[in-house]
Amino acid sequence: MLNILVLVKLVPDTVEELEIAPDGRSLDPASVRLILSERDEHALEQGLLLKERYGGTLTVIALDVPEVDDVLFTALAKGADRAVKITGMEPGPSTWTAAGLAARTLAAGPGLLPADLILTGVQAIDDLDGQAGPILARLLELPYVGITCRVEVDPGARSAVVVREYVGGVTGTFEVSLPVVLGVQSAEKPPRYVPVAKVRAAMKSQRLESVPASGESAVMRVEILQLMKPEATGRAVMLDGAPEEVAAQLCDVLAARGLL
Amino acid sequence: MAGEIWVLVEQWRGRISDITYEVLALGREVAEALAGSLQAVVLGPGAGESIFSLGAADGALMVEHSALAEPVPEVYALALAQIIPQRQPQALLIPQTNVTMELGPLLAARLAVPFLNSCRDVQVTDGRPVARCILYGGKVEASVTPQSAPAVFGILPGVRPPEQGRVERAPAVRALSVDLPTEFPLRFRGYTELEAGDVDITRENVLVAVGRGIQRPENVALAEELAAALGGAVCGSRPVIDQRWLPPSRQVGTSGMIVKPQLYLALGISGAPEHAQGMKEAALIVAINTDPRAPIFDIAHYGVVGDLLEIVPAMTTRVKQGKQAA
Ligand SMILES: Cc1cc2nc3c(=O)[nH]c(=O)nc-3n(C[C@H](O)[C@H](O)[C@H](O)COP(=O)(O)OP(=O)(O)OC[C@H]3O[C@@H](n4cnc5c(N)ncnc54)[C@H](O)[C@@H]3O)c2cc1C
Repeated sequence: MLNILVLVKLVPDTVEELEIAPDGRSLDPASVRLILSERDEHALEQGLLLKERYGGTLTVIALDVPEVDDVLFTALAKGADRAVKITGMEPGPSTWTAAGLAARTLAAGPGLLPADLILTGVQAIDDLDGQAGPILARLLELPYVGITCRVEVDPGARSAVVVREYVGGVTGTFEVSLPVVLGVQSAEKPPRYVPVAKVRAAMKSQRLESVPASGESAVMRVEILQLMKPEATGRAVMLDGAPEEVAAQLCDVLAARGLL
Repeated sequence: MAGEIWVLVEQWRGRISDITYEVLALGREVAEALAGSLQAVVLGPGAGESIFSLGAADGALMVEHSALAEPVPEVYALALAQIIPQRQPQALLIPQTNVTMELGPLLAARLAVPFLNSCRDVQVTDGRPVARCILYGGKVEASVTPQSAPAVFGILPGVRPPEQGRVERAPAVRALSVDLPTEFPLRFRGYTELEAGDVDITRENVLVAVGRGIQRPENVALAEELAAALGGAVCGSRPVIDQRWLPPSRQVGTSGMIVKPQLYLALGISGAPEHAQGMKEAALIVAINTDPRAPIFDIAHYGVVGDLLEIVPAMTTRVKQGKQAA
């Protein structure tokens, strides 16, 4: 029986046009719609696959932010056993520190540890620094492997074989003793889809737990001076017109280079 | 000793990666601005053999240890965590690739030092290094400065031209020793090559690449038709591979393949650095994207702001007509 924890977070959906707040150092909250971080969705899927394969319980954990309930109920509908919110986080330019805070709260441990596997996405688009897993591993004195794309567990031997992506399609295989913290790149299968009806059912029949954030508040060791929209370097020659017109122009470009 | 700027020499399977030279070129500028010396940090049992092209640096700090034979992130991080306190550099610049990905966060967690990742540039302002970091898939940039030294920076590919940092001269070498345990909870078992697919995309002249903008698996057929008409093959970005709409052998980018075709048609691909690294050397890059601010337009030669689902079929028709006419 494995005890699997999956630490997830919500990030702004980049399909929306993100606007910078008047302070110049954060995003305008009105422009932000939060969704589950893509890599965390893979971490959850990897956790669910492991639970199904080897048996055990899966707890999904997230910081309490708007929209988090939907994400947690969706995880329950997908097969998570427990869903926990970390509450009472100070607002602010927290994306750089939130991961650390979640890790510290978990380490301070509201009955969630010991775990056999702690999974989280290898990085998230709002900080791109991939620190959640390593901080957690450090605090719990556990090994960490990132960019994972396959995990096999030998429950008897209390060990796992973890496949990590390197470059050019080459992967590296590691044997690691449990417990371990993994930064998931891709689950072995695409994240499962769950119908809305099932999520609604989970909302009726299951409940979310909360634990207050604890541990020293995460130290912000970097100072954000300014956020800005990148200037286009304008390298591309832009073509416009109706689809047929653009298609014709593109074909001319290709023909001129002998590519047709 | 004070004032050193370090660049980690990234090696992959016995070869120094180009990005190392790019970061050395940047490190040279930072070192000059901070009046420090530039040190190339080389880890590995055969570290001594790889220093002859590192002349951009004033010195090479060499850590030779059998446990460093393969780039196992935890072990590398442990070695760096031992030598950083010994010499207290102002900054450590790490080439940001899949090989080194965990080093920055592991070091930051271990040494409680600032870590700034996804830097597309670092400049010195008022005596402080200020990094330009990309966020939100390239939609926002942050200028960020560390609050203390030493600070660790993850530097994206393309920060400077590699030629600028490749100097065929061996810098002065200083050997540093580390004390690494013989047993780690993590044991490296070996590498596995990707199973060859039906098509080797690194050998194709024309690649039609699809990203998340293709939206549905059925739509991949639109790209297949265009690729067939152009005499090329279809490849894709990570989300498309993650969804198994295309096999892993078709992935372009840092984890996938590096391709240099005559034509790379990027359809519904935003141009994240991990993707760009795999295709930016293509002779002709054409991007079709609904978002006029998509970073792919910065590396494309030709761009169209529009719906690929409309433009691609129109192109296929055109190409086929052109072939019939000829
Ligand atoms: C360690 C690591 C390794 C990675 N390795 C790789 C790798 O090897 N290869 C790789 O590709 N990625 C890799 N990634 C992921 C990378 O960071 C990006 O997430 C990924 O490249 C994004 O893919 P995309 O451009 O298809 O999707 P998105 O970034 O979601 O972009 C989709 C684009 O489609 C456009 N679009 C939507 N609808 C339409 C339409 N109808 N017509 C035209 N355009 C449309 C949108 O405007 C958007 O720009 C890696 C990430 C990590 C952390």
